[in-house]
Amino acid sequence: MLLEVRNLNVTLDKEKIVENLSFQVAAGEILTIMGPNGAGKSVLLKTLLGFLPYEGDIVWHQKMKIGYLPQGLNQLKVKDFPLTVQDFFALKNFIPSSGEIIKFLHLVGLGKDTLSKTAGSLSGGQFQRMLVAWVLISHPDVIFFDEPTTGIDIGGGETIYSLLHTIQEKEKLTIFLVTHDLHIVYKHSTSVLCLSRKGYNCFGAPKEILNTKTLEKIFGTEIKFYEHH
Amino acid sequence: MTFQFILTIISGIFISGVAGYLGTLMLSKKMSVVAGPLAHLALPGVALALIYGFSISLGAFPFVILGAFLIWLLEKRTKLPMENLAAIIFASGVGTALLILPIDQAEEALVGNITGITLPETIVTIILSILVFYTIKKIYQKMMLMNIYEDLAAVEGVNISLYNLLYLLSIAIVVALGVYLVGGLITAALIAIPAASAKNVSKDLRFYKISAVALGIISAISGIFIARFINFPTGPLVIISGVVLFLFSVIFRKRSF
Repeated sequence: MLLEVRNLNVTLDKEKIVENLSFQVAAGEILTIMGPNGAGKSVLLKTLLGFLPYEGDIVWHQKMKIGYLPQGLNQLKVKDFPLTVQDFFALKNFIPSSGEIIKFLHLVGLGKDTLSKTAGSLSGGQFQRMLVAWVLISHPDVIFFDEPTTGIDIGGGETIYSLLHTIQEKEKLTIFLVTHDLHIVYKHSTSVLCLSRKGYNCFGAPKEILNTKTLEKIFGTEIKFYEHH
Repeated sequence: MTFQFILTIISGIFISGVAGYLGTLMLSKKMSVVAGPLAHLALPGVALALIYGFSISLGAFPFVILGAFLIWLLEKRTKLPMENLAAIIFASGVGTALLILPIDQAEEALVGNITGITLPETIVTIILSILVFYTIKKIYQKMMLMNIYEDLAAVEGVNISLYNLLYLLSIAIVVALGVYLVGGLITAALIAIPAASAKNVSKDLRFYKISAVALGIISAISGIFIARFINFPTGPLVIISGVVLFLFSVIFRKRSF
């Protein structure tokens, strides 16, 4: 077991965001965290990262290096700014060599020429790929991936999720993924954690969780999910 | 060339160089405007200095540093954006200054007094400029990361609160020095203009930083020389030189990104 969370409670501004949450994650798993807006998905990730105060137990069984791709890391922030991709990698704690950066750009399907382009001139999909490489270059054991822009076409017939899946197999990573996309949950995750606004939560294998009854409990409205075979 | 003129040129170079460097960071945080309010906050200090007859920088420093510290504290407490808080601080500065500033001697406060700088003041200016330059260099990469996304910096282990404080103190010192060179009203321009011009002509971070420092220094030197020959106040001419360079940078703007 890599991570054990027991009776986790997070209260922000006197409002209970996460209530009595317990779950476990083993090494090499892909845990998907789902739930409606405001259910506390991002808050949970930030709590696990140690940014927020909490009650209960969060036990990492080994010392883990966590990579984090936050929600809403918008390309607009670097639009028109004189910041090349190489400059962007140099903002990390250690400054990776050009060779190292090229290796990781290659891993996410970007060419060598990307290095000298400005981050703002990349397409939306290339920018997302570049961010994945940016996170991977620190050699994390665990990656937190908070809702990559849904539906973004990152090109080559690949979604950001299948890219992550490929990398996860290659690099033996554990991935925490926040998403709304139920089909992604079904296709790519080993276990699912669901959060709702009413304090109801559930944890289990995708097959156990993804049925109309549970989904109604989480999202409130009637949602139908058709299993893929 | 008199000794006084040499002191003026030297302190002008140091102040404008470090202001240009700082500006590149402030522009990335879309915070160039913050320098303005902080400089206005120097005005009550300058007013006190004029009334009691001591050096204007001595008057400006405590007020600007206090302002920076207040912004830092309020930002931590209220989570309001820094530029918003700076606007509040600005109003208090100008308001207080208008109450006590002796209007007939106000020129020094408004357009600076670099041509009257003394040797000890020049030495202090050089030391502070180097100190701030080094501090900005140290925090630069991580501040840039914070500007792009704060949580990303937190994961990289950046002490965000400490970095913000160092950053604001650097701004405060540069602003107080800037009040010397160009006065309390247009200090923000000393910080904002070189960075804006540099951004127009740069494609990568290194060139952006170097050109901002260079453009800042060029505008200071040309402003000081022109002022000497046509016998006009120095501060405004330094800023106007900067604006002319900015117009050139618009013409030569890189279109490749």
